[in-house]
Amino acid sequence: MTATATDAPGDPAVLDLTAWTCPAPLRDQPRVVMGHGGGGALSAELVQHVFAPGYGGDVLAQLTDSAVVSLGGARLAFSTDSYVVRPLFFPGGSIGDLAVNGTVNDLAMSGARAAYLSCGFILEEGVEVSVVARVANALGAAARAAGVEVATGDTKVVDAGHGDGIFINTAGIGLVPAGVDLRPQRVVPGDVVIVSGAIGAHGVAIMSVREGLEFGVEIESDCAALGGLVETMLAVTPDLHVLRDPTRGGLAAALNEIATASGTGVVLQERDIPVPPAVANACAILGLDPMYVANEGKLVAFVPREHAEAVLESMRAHPLGAEAAVIGEAVESHPGMVVARTGLGGTRVVDLPIGEQLPRIC
Amino acid sequence: MKYIEEFQNPDLARRLLDDIHSVVTRPWALMEVCGGQTHTIIRHGIDQLLPEQVELIHGPGCPVCVTPLEVIDKALAIASRPEVIFCSFGDMLRVPGTGRDLFRVRSEGGDVRVVYSPLDALKIAQQNPDREVVFFGIGFETTAPPNAMTVYQARRLGIANFSLLVSHVRVPPAIEAIMQSPSCRVQGFLAAGHVCSVMGTREYPELAERFRVPIVVTGFEPLDILEGVRRTVLQLERGEHSVENAYPRAVHPDGNPAALAMLDDVFEVTDRAWRGIGTIPDSGWRLSTRYRDYDAEYRFSVTGIDTKEPAACRSGEVLQGLLKPHECEAFGTTCTPRNPLGATMVSSEGACAAYYLYRRLDITTAARETSPVA
Repeated sequence: MTATATDAPGDPAVLDLTAWTCPAPLRDQPRVVMGHGGGGALSAELVQHVFAPGYGGDVLAQLTDSAVVSLGGARLAFSTDSYVVRPLFFPGGSIGDLAVNGTVNDLAMSGARAAYLSCGFILEEGVEVSVVARVANALGAAARAAGVEVATGDTKVVDAGHGDGIFINTAGIGLVPAGVDLRPQRVVPGDVVIVSGAIGAHGVAIMSVREGLEFGVEIESDCAALGGLVETMLAVTPDLHVLRDPTRGGLAAALNEIATASGTGVVLQERDIPVPPAVANACAILGLDPMYVANEGKLVAFVPREHAEAVLESMRAHPLGAEAAVIGEAVESHPGMVVARTGLGGTRVVDLPIGEQLPRIC
Repeated sequence: MKYIEEFQNPDLARRLLDDIHSVVTRPWALMEVCGGQTHTIIRHGIDQLLPEQVELIHGPGCPVCVTPLEVIDKALAIASRPEVIFCSFGDMLRVPGTGRDLFRVRSEGGDVRVVYSPLDALKIAQQNPDREVVFFGIGFETTAPPNAMTVYQARRLGIANFSLLVSHVRVPPAIEAIMQSPSCRVQGFLAAGHVCSVMGTREYPELAERFRVPIVVTGFEPLDILEGVRRTVLQLERGEHSVENAYPRAVHPDGNPAALAMLDDVFEVTDRAWRGIGTIPDSGWRLSTRYRDYDAEYRFSVTGIDTKEPAACRSGEVLQGLLKPHECEAFGTTCTPRNPLGATMVSSEGACAAYYLYRRLDITTAARETSPVA
């Protein structure tokens, strides 16, 4: 950036917002780093500069969590996701629950009720069969709870030391109801932003068991299938504009993706975002921001203003939306940028996370 | 546990802000020393709510930001060795050394692990007797005692495969260096509460007297910051310059005697280089000669590393309060959190990263307002 000739000394130089991304992506990372899987800017760059040119087509180019395709006259939502969580079992769920709910939720964000899943297990040599059975049973129970059938599967085993016990990939399909068109491009200024409940529990739950951190109270993952909640919302109006489940990268990543894809700005009222006290405390101790922490049973919705109240009411009547709250709105100003009004009355930009959030030193 | 909400209460914040607005009669430049305070100020938009006459200058108190490039490069060299398990707090992994960071070392096969306490690293050393475990001991007076305790424990338990890469720094000599700088604009300090919880406040009256600046020991929540600002401004308006403790719930004037004894046993004062600023006499700690066996620099012979700072990075001026982050030509274009030129853009406590993350909107708006109409 260079200051323009008209800038007085000390004045901020003119910034070009389009220049806020790295001009030479991946230049500085010749090898994959953990951040490439973090759901933030590094992940997006890997897709944009490696996968899309490698095998992408028109459908992939939409970069949605699940693709909506037409097949034999039906509109299908189609999605896949891999699960590499450690530990395999955590407060509130397991890798088996995640493998079902994650993919079911990706489909639900397109408005589809998941019908069938595939399930591929990659097992590490040496893992106990009883552990595999526990995961399989948890996966089955989650599928039954979500009303989805696992229709096909696959198993591979890798040498000891080449896996992490159990990796799972699931893919799913479901029908998108007529009249439902959930895309960030449909967001318009004035849309109301609703979150279905308190954020951050899953990420903190995983961190507490993975790192052996004690926060004085056990925090359980919010892992849940959201198909039923989405159906409830669509019953109020099929005219919801966009839904996202804020998993990796948390609420901040989901809102930034929507703001960027829709070309609108987002303004949040920070005090209205529900955060469980235990999550807030854990994040304060670690120097993390709850807005960047993963969720596995929450959604964020952009709803036309005229339907917002009815949709919110319907969500609160559903067990998975009891703590739903209006947290902000889409605006014309600062397109592509998410801005939070702080509890004290100031403002701050809520950016896309870069890679993984890192605990602070002090 | 409810220690956070009360200190973010908007009604109380408003009252404190009203107080500050009512007492200010002319411009004052205050420096918040600690990066944690910078983070709170920017994250909550506190600087936007203060009277225009009160300018907050962001000080050099981010441990990640001031760790010299040379030390980062030593860490990278040690972490790259096959026999080493290199343990660090999380936010050091993304700090750029010369050409790479610890994440890169990890992706190239280095065994780099994030820990939450140096004692975790000691545990890893016990569990891996055939490996060399190194902990990256950086930071201010706040993180020094647990690091000292870990070395003390290693020796007590006879754990020989553990060592510490040390780059500890001390606040008072930095305040002195800032005040002695001919371009210094600082008229009052918000001292770092966590540092004082260890060290107490005994080191500060002499500085306040010599440089005729108020020094107010300040905490980290929004109300703490506002109270620190209020007291500093009050002193300035009255022409006073004393040391006050606005963080009594954590800070005792004598500090933490056990921690001080541990520091005294394990470390000795030394000159330290500060990234972007240069060497400040007596501003740091190294392992004392009694504990030299646990010093990773000697164990792995990583002396004589030649380093080069990116020429475009002006973080030194930012760390001394001479430049606002967005006044740097590289800010937001060639230097972003994604591609940081210097550590102030890496750490979430770094002034540049805080500005980039939380203040982009204002800067952009200001830039648009001041830019010529095309």
